[in-house]
This record gives sequence, C-alpha cells and structure tokens, in this order.
Amino acid sequence: MSTTAAGVVFILSLIVALAVAYRYLGDYMFRVVAAERHGRVERGIYKVLGVDPNAEQSWGVYARSVLAFSLISILFLYAFLRLQDLIFKVPDFATSIDDRVFPHLAWNTAVSFVTNTNWQAYSGESTMTHFVQMAGLAVQNFVSAAVGIAVAVVLVRGFARRKSEQLGNFWVDLTRITLRILLPIAVVGAVLLIVGGVVQNLTDGTMLSTLTGAQQHITGGPVASQEAIKELGTNGGGFYNVNSAHPFENPTTWTNWLQIFLIFCIPFAMPRVFGRMVGDNRQGYAILAVMGIIAVASIALTNVFELGHAGTVPQAVGAALEGKDIRFGVSDSATFAAATTLTSTGAVNSFHDSYTALGGMMPMINMMLGEVAPGGVGAGLYGMLIIAVITVFVAGLMVGRTPEYVGKKIGAREIKFASLYFLTTPVLVLVGVAAAMATGNWQTQLNVGPHGFSEVVYAFTSAANNNGSAFAGITVNTPWWDTALGLAMLLGRFLPIIFVLGLAGSLARQKPVPASEGTLPTHKPLFIGMVVGVVVILIALTFLPALALGPLAEGL
Amino acid sequence: MRIPSWISQHLAAVRAVVLFTVLTGLLYPLLILGVAQIPGLRDKADGSLVKANGQTVGSSLIGQSFTDADGNPVPKYFQSRPSASGYDPDATAASNLGPESMEDTLGDPALDPNSEEGNGSKNSLLTDVCSRSKAVGELEGVDGSRPYCTADGLGAVLRVFYSDGVTGKVTRAVSVNQACPATPFIAGYQGVPVECGKFGEDYSKGVLVPVRGSAPEQSAVPADAVTASGSSLDPHISVEYAELQAKRVAAARGVSVDKVTALIGEHTDGRALGFMGEPAVDVLALNLALDRM
Repeated sequence: MSTTAAGVVFILSLIVALAVAYRYLGDYMFRVVAAERHGRVERGIYKVLGVDPNAEQSWGVYARSVLAFSLISILFLYAFLRLQDLIFKVPDFATSIDDRVFPHLAWNTAVSFVTNTNWQAYSGESTMTHFVQMAGLAVQNFVSAAVGIAVAVVLVRGFARRKSEQLGNFWVDLTRITLRILLPIAVVGAVLLIVGGVVQNLTDGTMLSTLTGAQQHITGGPVASQEAIKELGTNGGGFYNVNSAHPFENPTTWTNWLQIFLIFCIPFAMPRVFGRMVGDNRQGYAILAVMGIIAVASIALTNVFELGHAGTVPQAVGAALEGKDIRFGVSDSATFAAATTLTSTGAVNSFHDSYTALGGMMPMINMMLGEVAPGGVGAGLYGMLIIAVITVFVAGLMVGRTPEYVGKKIGAREIKFASLYFLTTPVLVLVGVAAAMATGNWQTQLNVGPHGFSEVVYAFTSAANNNGSAFAGITVNTPWWDTALGLAMLLGRFLPIIFVLGLAGSLARQKPVPASEGTLPTHKPLFIGMVVGVVVILIALTFLPALALGPLAEGL
Repeated sequence: MRIPSWISQHLAAVRAVVLFTVLTGLLYPLLILGVAQIPGLRDKADGSLVKANGQTVGSSLIGQSFTDADGNPVPKYFQSRPSASGYDPDATAASNLGPESMEDTLGDPALDPNSEEGNGSKNSLLTDVCSRSKAVGELEGVDGSRPYCTADGLGAVLRVFYSDGVTGKVTRAVSVNQACPATPFIAGYQGVPVECGKFGEDYSKGVLVPVRGSAPEQSAVPADAVTASGSSLDPHISVEYAELQAKRVAAARGVSVDKVTALIGEHTDGRALGFMGEPAVDVLALNLALDRM
C-alpha cells in the first residue's frame, strides 16, 4: 500500500471507530450525568467532602465551586512542585541545580495542569520526580478534564431546563465524571499501552552498556497510567520531554492510532450527550457534523502540506521528515498533529516547529478556531454551542427572525455572554504576542525571521486556548515567559468558563418557546453550513494579520 | 455554628483535592502497576530490555548510536538516524529547526572549534542535512549530493544585495555558509562575483536566496539518514536506508550481501494491520542478529 493510501485508511478507520464511540460512549456519558441515583462509593465521597449531593446549585454557586476547586488545586500543585526534592526522590537527578523547580516554573506548571493546558516549560525526565508526575500532575489530568465536561453539561442543562435556577451540583458532576467515565477508560487504555510497550514502574530505570560500549540510561517511571489519561482527558502533558514521540510513551504504530482515538473519543461523543439531554438527537448530529467537517478538512490539509514537503529544507531532504519518527511516518504524524490541536490536547508525536510552513500553520489555525472541532473534553462542546448561539443571532439579523436555539430565545443577555466568551482568547493571544514583541522577550526564539515570529504566535495561541503544544524551539522557561503564559492559560480557561456558566444560568431561567413557522431549524444542512462559515470567517478576520507575518510569509 | 458558604466551599475543595489525589494519583497508578506485574506485561513495563551474552545491551524500543568513542560509524553495524540528543534518554529533544533554517552562524576563526566552548558556530538545518548527506554518501560509496547543497556539504545559500533594498540591480552576493577562504559554490550571481562569508560581518540587509543546483530531486541517500527524529531515540530506519548500508556491513563482516539483505527483511516491522504507520527496520535487533551470525 502506498503511503498516501495507508494514511487515508488510517483516517477512515478512526472515523469508523469514533462513530461507534459517538453512539455508545455518548449514550453512556448521558446516563452518567443524568442519573438520579448515587453509587455507594460516591455517597462515601460526598460524605468526606461534606456536601449534600441532592442539593443543586445556581450558576453562581456552581461557578464559585469550580473556581474554589481550581484555586485550591493550583496552590496544592504549586506547593507539591516546590517541595518535590523532599518526597520520594526518584529519579535522583544528577545535578542539584536542575531539579529545583523555581517559583516561576512551579507557577507556570501548576496553572498549566489545572487549566487542562499541560504546557510544559520543563523536560519531564530531568525536572520532575516520578511522585510529582503521578500524584501531582496526573491527578489534574483527571480532574481538569472532569471540570471541562461538567461545565459543558451545565450549559446543556441550561438549554434543557425550564424556568429553573438549578443547574446541578459541581461536586456530584466532578465525582461521577471522574469515577464513571474517565477512570474506567483510562484503566483499559493504560493496560493496552503496556501491551504495546509503554513502561510502568517506579524505578530509576536501568543503566547499561550499548553494543558499542557507550553508557545509556533506560528511564523508568509510571508512564502508562499517565499516558492514558493524558490523551483521554485531552491534557497532553508528556512524561518525557519529547512527549508522544518517545518510544516509551508511544512505542508502536497501533499505540499511535489508539492515542489519537483516545484524544478524540470523548470530545466527539459530547454532542450525543447534548442531543440526548435536550431531547432531540438531531441537534447532536448537527453539532457533530460541524465538528466533523472542520476536523476532516483540517486533517486532510495538514496531510497534503506535509506530504507535499514544500520549502527549502524539505525539498533538499526530499520529505518533511525532520522531527518525525520512522514508525509513524509523515502521514500519521500529520494526522496526530491535527488531532492534538483540533482538541485541546497538545501532546505531540512529531515536532511542529520543523513542519513545512503551511503544515505548521494548520495546528495554529486549529487552535485559533477556538478548539471546537471537536475541542477539548467538554470545552469543545461548550465552545461550539457558543458559536451556534452566535450563528442563530447572525442568521436572525439577516432574515429578520427572532433568534432562538433549541427552544431558548437568544436575547441581549445571552449574546453578551457569548460575545465575551468569543473575544477572550483572541484578545489574550494578540495582546500577549504584542507584549512579547514590544518587550524584547521574543528574542528567546530559536528560529529567525517569520518562523521565529510563528514561535511567539504559537506560544500564546497554545496557552490562551489551553492546548499545550508548541513550536518548541523557543525557550520559555524564563520568568517573563512563565508568568505571561501562565496568565494567558489562567484567563483563557476560567473567563470563558464563567461566561458559559452565566449563559447557562440565563438560559435555564427562560420558559421554552415552542418552535413556530419563524423558527430557524438548527438540525438541517443549511444551519450546519452556517456554523462552519461563522467559525471560519470570524477566525480568519481575527487572526489573518498574525498568520500573514508568520507562516504565510514563510510558505508563500 | 454555621460556616459561611464561601468558606465551606473551600473546605470542600481542599477535601476534594486530597481525595482525588489519593484516588487518581495513588490508587489508579498503583493498580496499573499491579496489572503490569502479570507475566508477559512485566518485561514491557520495565522497558523491554534486550540481552546479549547475558549482558543487558539496550531496550528494544530505544535507539542507540553505533559509533566508536570518537563518534565515527562502526562499519560492521547498521547506523541509526541522526539524533538531537545523541540517543540520550535523559535529555530527549528534537532539533526544532524550521523548514527555512538555512543560514549558518560562522565560527570565530580566532577560537579553536575543538575547545570546550567551541568557536561559536551554529549550523542551520539545511547545512546539517547537506553535511550528513555528504558523510553518508562517502561512507556508503554513493553520490551524496542533494538540492540546495554545496559540494562541500553546506547549505547553498546566498545573501544578495540590491541597489534599492529588495529591488533593483544586484550589487553584491555572498555565499554566507562558506567561510573564507572557501571557494564559493558558484562564481557569479546575475553578473556579480560571489564572495565567501566573513565572520562577524553583518549580511542582514541582503536577501536570502537558496540555490537549487543540479542535484537530482531524490538523492541516493534516503531522507531519514539526513534528518533527526522527533524523539531523538528513534529505534528504526527506513528500509531504503537499511538496504543502502547492507553492502558496507557485509564487506566489514566478510559475509554475502544477500545474507545481510535477508536479515533486513526479517527485522522489518511492517505496518500494523497493513495500514498503520510506515515499514521500519529495527536497527538494534538487526545488529544483534548480525553479531549472532
């Protein structure tokens, strides 16, 4: 089979698997979040937490619970990172200076993992002990993902409920999503990854002499358990510096397939939860269609650009192979790159900085789209529903209809929340890039010219959208970069969450309006096309100037 | 006493963080660790270590260098791909150099390039590719020329100065990667003689122009032999690169090329299920098989 044909079959096989996940995982997740009864273990947990699982919260209380939990998580993780030399120090790093996590790095890393970004300004193998990775970082991989799903579910409850202030209980949602959705899939995923060759031990690894007599340190660590949730929760923080390119994180061609599937499975199944909860599966299919169209287009374009290998160095080489491993090849690497940025994952199995100019632009565009196709776990669905709200509003203005979406009127208050949501990340990205350029901090870039500028744009785009991948040539473990990107991650996560919860509150309060002659059907191809158009046009208007100075200047 | 809700919320949050740390940060990884002790999984969970003559010599998943102490290829072994970390699992890294990385930073001729600090020179990705191609070509006895490469294994790149900035007549052309007293790879550019590059001179006003040259589009030296992997631990090479090395390895070992080629076939991992990834030759396994022969 030719490389192109194999790449196409690879993508098609993922689509088939994800279609199954949409149906069955989606229905399962619906049952989890809508269930009336609490499990025995769960009741025990609620007792420990000191919360009443049957007391529902208003949007304000829900938001405060999310923020309180996240704040404590950041403080806890920060302390953990600063104190890591004191507890179970395996591996024992050779040099004493490198293993201290400085305050700016601890801040950046704590924020990064709590916001589901997993931006890494450090190298795992030389900076983090096994214990911190396992009991600090990986914990946030679970709960930050659960927070994202919970917030999405609240927004859907806003659509589904009538004349209500009650939007669910954060502690119940957090517990159920972690226990019933994330943990079981992570266990299966981790075991499969070990079958593929991913390591899982608590040792310092093995020191050995190679065939030619050189010393090599084969590293150890609880990698498989972290790897599974890293992909499933669209987190992306690698155990090692080279992330999913590392043979101990992603050893084979089929673990590569499995990782992409894990990345996509929850985000693509979320529209099913939406459809089920609002009592109209067609609404779920429409949202799925929008996500699918954008995702397939993006994956195809990334493949075309990488296989086409334009540019001076790729032409000299004869392939865009720099920064890619042989077992994955160009096509499956490109597919992974698109998957990781279409969602908020940010894991990489190849290095985007060395991609062709336009091939490297695709991950950037994917993130700039707001990561809605299908986006991060939960975050993708609420991002896409915001776009749908904006679309019915725009469409309503054009044809003079009252904008409504799944039975709820989109009035001034709703549109204010939606607009604030939409404006947050572009403002963070563009202000951040401008600040880096104005203050001279861009000079830590590795590459020069337009590509160096792309490194700066990529960094802020990734942080503000909570992705975590990078044009990794740039050095970002400096006080300025750690602080600035930490702020971008924090604001890029929690401002949108507050706006989404506010929108949910105002939707839930409404009495549903029955569909009439004047209602724009939101499950038909026309609407699907309009949402795709709104996503692409709004983003093009926002980011084209930045792209023109970076990848477009380099590639055209 | 009733605790205000903003405090009780934080108490619940503290408890929740501790509880989920125990659950997902201790119990879950330890459960997976337990499963990993099952025979058949245990070796994999410990790093897929490979033994030869009773000694552990590597991991079947982690690549290694087959070079001598001076960094020269050992002829009896198949060579791995270039690596940005030198196959050091404690410092994994990719080069991260971009597709238009083509201008070198020349070294200070007053400094010793072999000293600890070096002479400050820094290769562009293009020059890395060109020099690797030349070296592999010489080792395997094939033509290592590539597009955009000079015959001396550098990026064939000019800084061209125009009378009006970026337009107008060409006033000056410098082959920036070829440090003086090298002879530039072309004598003239649009009627202007090409100069060699001088250390410390500011050429930034000139326009960067890569020169394609006459090399064939596909070089005899395969792409993976001249590019660094993403992991810097790539255990594989392409089938083409393995086949290119077969003659040299056979000669160094005094065996027939056919025998070596057959071994390559035995140690080629095809695509999983016929469509996942790319066919790849496991270099360590292949070299171990040769040693056993």
